[in-house]
Amino acid sequence: MNLTLKVWRQKGPADKGGFVTYEMKDINHHMSFLEMMDVLNERLEREGQEPVHFDHDCREGICGSCAMHINGRPHGPSKGTATCQLHMRLFNDGDVITVEPWRAKAFPVVKDLVVDRSAFDRIIQAGGYVSVNTGGVPDANEIPVPKKIADEAFNAATCISCGACVAACKNASAMLFVSAKVSQLALLPQGKVERKNRVERMVAQMDAEGFGNCTNTQACSVECPKEISQDFIAMMNREYIGAKFTSDNV
Amino acid sequence: MNLNSRIPEGPLAEKWEKHKFNVKLVNPANKRKFDIIVVGTGLAGASAAASLAELGYNVKVFTFHDSPRRAHSIAAQGGINAAKNYQNDGDSVYRLFYDTVKGGDYRSREANVYRLAQVSVNIIDQCVAQGVPFAREYGGLLDNRSFGGAQVSRTFYAKGQTGQQLLIGAYQALSRQVATGKIKLYTRTEMLDLVMIDGHAKGIITRNLITGKIERHAGHAVLLCTGGYGNVFYLSTNAMASNATAAWRAHRKGALFANPCFTQIHPTCIPVSGLYQSKLTLMSESLRNDGRVWVPKTVEDAEKIRKGQIKPTDLPEEARDYYLERRYPSFGNLVPRDVASRNAKYVCDEGRGVGGTGLAVYLDFADAIRRDGKSTIEARYGNLFEMYEKITGDDPYTLPMMIYPAVHYTMGGLWVDYNLMTNIPGLYALGEANFSDHGANRLGASALMQGLADGYFVIPYTMGDYVASLPFKKVDASHPAFDEAEKAVKDGINKLLSIKGTRTVDDFHRELGSIMWEYCGMARNAEGLTKAIGLVQQLRADFWKDVKVNGSAEELNMSLEKANRVADFLELGELMIRDALHREESCGGHFRDEYQTPEGEALRNDEEFSYVAAWEYGGFNGEPTLHKEDLVFENVKLTQRSYK
Amino acid sequence: MSWLTQTFSSSIGRKFLTAITGLFLIFFLVGHVTGNLLLFKPDEGRAFNEYTQFMTGNLGIMIVRYLLYAAILAHVIITVLLGIHNRKARPVGYTKQVPSPHVSWSSRNMGILGTLVLVFIVIHMANFWYSLKWGVVPTVNYAEAGEIKNLYHVVQSSFSELWYTALYVVMMVFLAFHLMHGFQSAFQTLGLRHKKYWPIIRSVGFWFSIIVPFIFALMPLYIYFFRNINH
Repeated sequence: MNLTLKVWRQKGPADKGGFVTYEMKDINHHMSFLEMMDVLNERLEREGQEPVHFDHDCREGICGSCAMHINGRPHGPSKGTATCQLHMRLFNDGDVITVEPWRAKAFPVVKDLVVDRSAFDRIIQAGGYVSVNTGGVPDANEIPVPKKIADEAFNAATCISCGACVAACKNASAMLFVSAKVSQLALLPQGKVERKNRVERMVAQMDAEGFGNCTNTQACSVECPKEISQDFIAMMNREYIGAKFTSDNV
Repeated sequence: MNLNSRIPEGPLAEKWEKHKFNVKLVNPANKRKFDIIVVGTGLAGASAAASLAELGYNVKVFTFHDSPRRAHSIAAQGGINAAKNYQNDGDSVYRLFYDTVKGGDYRSREANVYRLAQVSVNIIDQCVAQGVPFAREYGGLLDNRSFGGAQVSRTFYAKGQTGQQLLIGAYQALSRQVATGKIKLYTRTEMLDLVMIDGHAKGIITRNLITGKIERHAGHAVLLCTGGYGNVFYLSTNAMASNATAAWRAHRKGALFANPCFTQIHPTCIPVSGLYQSKLTLMSESLRNDGRVWVPKTVEDAEKIRKGQIKPTDLPEEARDYYLERRYPSFGNLVPRDVASRNAKYVCDEGRGVGGTGLAVYLDFADAIRRDGKSTIEARYGNLFEMYEKITGDDPYTLPMMIYPAVHYTMGGLWVDYNLMTNIPGLYALGEANFSDHGANRLGASALMQGLADGYFVIPYTMGDYVASLPFKKVDASHPAFDEAEKAVKDGINKLLSIKGTRTVDDFHRELGSIMWEYCGMARNAEGLTKAIGLVQQLRADFWKDVKVNGSAEELNMSLEKANRVADFLELGELMIRDALHREESCGGHFRDEYQTPEGEALRNDEEFSYVAAWEYGGFNGEPTLHKEDLVFENVKLTQRSYK
Repeated sequence: MSWLTQTFSSSIGRKFLTAITGLFLIFFLVGHVTGNLLLFKPDEGRAFNEYTQFMTGNLGIMIVRYLLYAAILAHVIITVLLGIHNRKARPVGYTKQVPSPHVSWSSRNMGILGTLVLVFIVIHMANFWYSLKWGVVPTVNYAEAGEIKNLYHVVQSSFSELWYTALYVVMMVFLAFHLMHGFQSAFQTLGLRHKKYWPIIRSVGFWFSIIVPFIFALMPLYIYFFRNINH
């Protein structure tokens, strides 16, 4: 099939950037979206131009590197799918496909479709862990965890940190990402010990990074490649208010 | 060169305990005087960095990803082995050790493997304490499953995302140390050279991938936790950016590269669909529990299927060849990875392969669905079927799945001693980057175990032994050795940019991959390997004459990054071929057509090849030198595998 | 007390205030709509006028009333602040953006809906509350209650105008959409989400958002069609 690609090109953070249109001929419908981008890039390289820069790595939907806003939606039109798992058979001959980077103040564009998502790392550094050193921990079966709780914690922990939640949110809010980690660790007995401090610090960092506020549109869950539930946002709200009013931090 | 593996004396079960007592310790107050460089943030790197920082060392961590959590450990699906014996089914440290040595076809060190089995139990405790959400039973205790044909259930898992959950646990431990300031994290920063002073590893040269700035980092020890080199084959289940550059550049500085030809080929991957294919996707091995592998009996039928004239479901039972069940009546579809892979290759070579390219075999669930019902099969494999359909567009409930083997893991790597130190003092290799524990073949669910064992429980003890002997002086990054290394890196980059040839980096990489797959893949022979050496040498020469890298060195330039990596693959590829050629036996993932039993099974030659082949760099076009570390088996009896 | 200011200047804290004030306003709507049902009583407005008289005179009610003004004001101020912050969080927007499936229109347009509801409140207050408090309102004399303000008459004359009736009805549609998201959103923000109760909250919220504005809208329609002073 033949396609028209409108791709955001931007030399660097200081560049204004703009769309460049590429005509794509004879695209095989078995290709993945990124393989189609590879074809474009190899052509550009042959022509002596710089390829379109985009983050990608595992191409199995688990590393969370890929991040393209395709035809108006993060990771494109397919449900529960990261960009790398999007396939061209979902598109039709003659389609015009618009590709943009994630847009958020907290995710500045680095180049073309590459954005800086280090804000997420800083949020985790603020408290997204259990403070145990290596060694000296109890036997793994010492504390039983109800299966339901373990499964729920796992569901939260499936987050791949791609940032689609922020990209999808009309307010560029990172609540789904942050709540997934807060909930995973608040649910498990191992994480309960520091749950109050954790949520206070992670939310403070989230706010400091310049993300927007949640208005409960639920778009984040809809666009999340791992379909992480809104339940966790509610849980974080509860955790946060509870912590603020009962923790020792004055 | 004398390869001293530093295996402690004494009975197998006491070696590690004794060794831990005998290694030198660094006083807690003195640890902060040492700077440790950790390259890579996968399971090995993240766990090592976190553990060392907790002990008090100053750690600098480098990753070429935008976040430490994106390392390729994240993609491991199946699980992690540990000799917990929670299932009361007869597992023990010794059994895990035995299975690993046997599974590795007796080409690994007994002492290392035993230690791996010993610390495996600590890993699970550690991960649970970190909040890793492992699968649990209704009673709240941890669940286990049997994996990769093991006779006991010792695999801990978190649905199909065990790698992700373990890596995030380690990443969080690392993040905690970043917050305390004990770890300084460098993201989007790639190591391009090792700096040596007086024969010791004292630092690295890196490139900031955003600004292109070449930087120098000095330290008292350098830990390479940079993963495997499966991407030599271009198509593999490795992530796109997984590369051998850090290990290879250390090799060029003198670190020995051990058993490079030992690569694992996984039998159940989604087949290649066309030339544009960028990578291969693994489907869990568990599928073989219920799926039946077959191809058409005749080349004619296969041809009709390939052309789309008939559908596989149209083919009557008597026209199908369930070749694994036919050849291996007792193990059937559950033969080990290498056997399943090799047989798929054979039937496709005969022209009986299916799919558009003829490089695929069927994995059919029709019988299982008839027997157990669709809902049972859906409960077992629902998510895998969904993933398959997403990628191929075919519904595996109605059409048989198509699979083909793909490169998955590399057992070879930098040679290390019992302390995980390479032959260069101060340079360590952890996880898949070293060669140590899996011999010629890795068991399922053991990669995660080794990465975390090295990082959490081995290196914190063994590194101290070396560091304790060093003076407290900071390493001087203005030493001429740094100038020299930095200049070499810059020259290399400028060279790549100045060639301005006609062929893209991917073009070269694809060609290298097809040479490697053809001659150094599932089945190898002297004739093919000899030919391949010439082909790779020619390709490498062409690369340095005709590669086209656009853009500049002072910006984010992914073509340049790739060019650097492919340049190293072009050298490593040749070493792999040479290693495969020299090893005149078949063992584990290394199968030589000339060395097989009358039944077509791998034929080991323990008399002559029971050693680790550690190669010394021989210069850009020079021949590498072979060093041998003899493997001594005092605790297990060497046997020949049979799956008939 | 810095923790308290910290709490309510944080993103979640502000949303918490939005939810609390929103829920308070929702409770108010229940009272308001119940009281105003008296408009339907065919007694020429006597019950309604007596109710109005009671509502203006009682001290407790007065406190609640000031709380209500404060809640409206707080709800508006906080959401405006949040809105400004949210705009800043995405300085460069998308060229092409398609709404995600299953995301309601109202949830994406709470700002516009809220503004329209606010405009309505201003008009509504200007017409009834202002005239009741400071305007000239005819009085009516009932046997026991004596001479009291005849707000019913004001209501009746207002809703005898077609445009005014239509404005109210349309505004109630906006209110319905605002509630449609606001009701459940408040519970979500307060963290009151549980597998068992969430479906109940959702359906109560849905029907509340339809029924309450519907009854409100019936009032002008009833008067326009059945108690119209111009007919």
